[in-house]
Amino acid sequence: MAKATSSLRVAGGPEMRSFLAEVDALASTEVEACYQCGKCSGGCPLAFAMDYQPRQVMRLVQMGLANEALSSSTIWICATCHTCSARCPRDVDIAAVMDALRVMGRRRGIRPGDRNVGVFHRTFLDSVRRYGRSHELGLMIGYKLGTMRLTEDLPLGLKMLAKGKLALLPEVAKGRVEVRAIFREAARGTAGAPGPTGAQEGGGH
Amino acid sequence: MTSETVRFAYYPGCSLHSTAKEYDVSMRAVAGEVGVELVEIPDWNCCGASSAHVTDSFLGFALPARTLAQADEMGLDVLAPCAACYGRLMAAKDEARRHPDLARRFGDVTGRVFKLERRVLNVLEFLTGDGMAEAVAAGVKKGLDGLKVAPYYGCLLVRPPKVTRFDNAERPVAMDRVLEAIGASAVDFPFKTECCGASLGISRTDLVTELSARIVESAKRAGAEALAVACPLCQTNLDARQGAAAASRGESFGLPVYYITQLVGLALGVAPGKLGFSRLLVEPMTLLREKKLA
Repeated sequence: MAKATSSLRVAGGPEMRSFLAEVDALASTEVEACYQCGKCSGGCPLAFAMDYQPRQVMRLVQMGLANEALSSSTIWICATCHTCSARCPRDVDIAAVMDALRVMGRRRGIRPGDRNVGVFHRTFLDSVRRYGRSHELGLMIGYKLGTMRLTEDLPLGLKMLAKGKLALLPEVAKGRVEVRAIFREAARGTAGAPGPTGAQEGGGH
Repeated sequence: MTSETVRFAYYPGCSLHSTAKEYDVSMRAVAGEVGVELVEIPDWNCCGASSAHVTDSFLGFALPARTLAQADEMGLDVLAPCAACYGRLMAAKDEARRHPDLARRFGDVTGRVFKLERRVLNVLEFLTGDGMAEAVAAGVKKGLDGLKVAPYYGCLLVRPPKVTRFDNAERPVAMDRVLEAIGASAVDFPFKTECCGASLGISRTDLVTELSARIVESAKRAGAEALAVACPLCQTNLDARQGAAAASRGESFGLPVYYITQLVGLALGVAPGKLGFSRLLVEPMTLLREKKLA
């Protein structure tokens, strides 16, 4: 474990319950049902690379330890493969909890626990907002620029270009005005996602 | 198959127009062979995978909903070959039922009605569906005899099972059946539903190299000569990272990673040159020539 558990202070009372309730509502599940069996973590293909195991993240949520959960690398390393949710004997939708925590972390302006993954998502969505479709070559270049890893994967990128796997120019959806309206609405509101969080336009942008 | 032409609203998604063009080309070729008309959804947009649903709930819902609403307008069921697109379309249908407020906001913003009337099929569901399994079996002109292929399902075709309601989440068999129908040997292997790391392929190549190594190594040990996939992200990770994955194990793997539609097309008699094999990175033709399939 990368983090010293001695620094954890369990949130008490209403604070604890409100965080748990917010996660439950956003993920449409009941994290309190988790009894810490560890089946999620045993089957997680990426558990080896996480600071907290998925089981421990469920416990952090139960204890109301919002900052620890929202700044963990776990929620960004999770690839949303849904193996945990499919196997949970308590029917906790763990993958949906990971999504909920990422959404909540962004709303609260918490820096993603894995910087590269954060840059990837931002670059990807910039492309979709601009064109309505994602432009894979632009995404790769934007990501490599954003992380200053310009030479990483350069040989592979050139090989894919030579194979015609990367379109040079972006495709544009005719209805991109509508797509932009969807992005504006997403930035504007948090309706359907209860909790004391205000909209943070561009929080991650 | 009935004599009436079967039509689907076709949602290629961004990858099939770029990194996975060979999936698009072979999907269309297979549909043509079995007499199915694919009508591309006129103004589809990106489904948002893998970034929208981890950024904002409404965004994760509304991007696929806009494409689904167009399929409603066309009055056709949807064929979504990309497993990630399929996953997001199915998730949007599920979320619309559980969170009516999302559907209402979507309607307010876009002026579109989201009726949830049309089915969404992944490529395996399509190939094993009513009439289609028979059409594929009847259409085989050149069985892939002796080709040992490990069917790799990955995540989103079968999970979350409550949403996809497709096959068995732990031990799926649909792709095994397709491979057997076209004469190939389906090689069972323990990593058929283990995740490849998906979009971490760009942001955390170190992790994806490790996951790809596990999957390809497992398939090779089980006796496979090649892998079959039904997802552009799976294909890219297992194909493009295979060299580094093999190096991490001090081995050479050399397993071509074919789209299932390329193999089906080959068996149905489509010329190899029309199935986009040349775009694959791990050399794909030597094995096919050895087996006298190309």
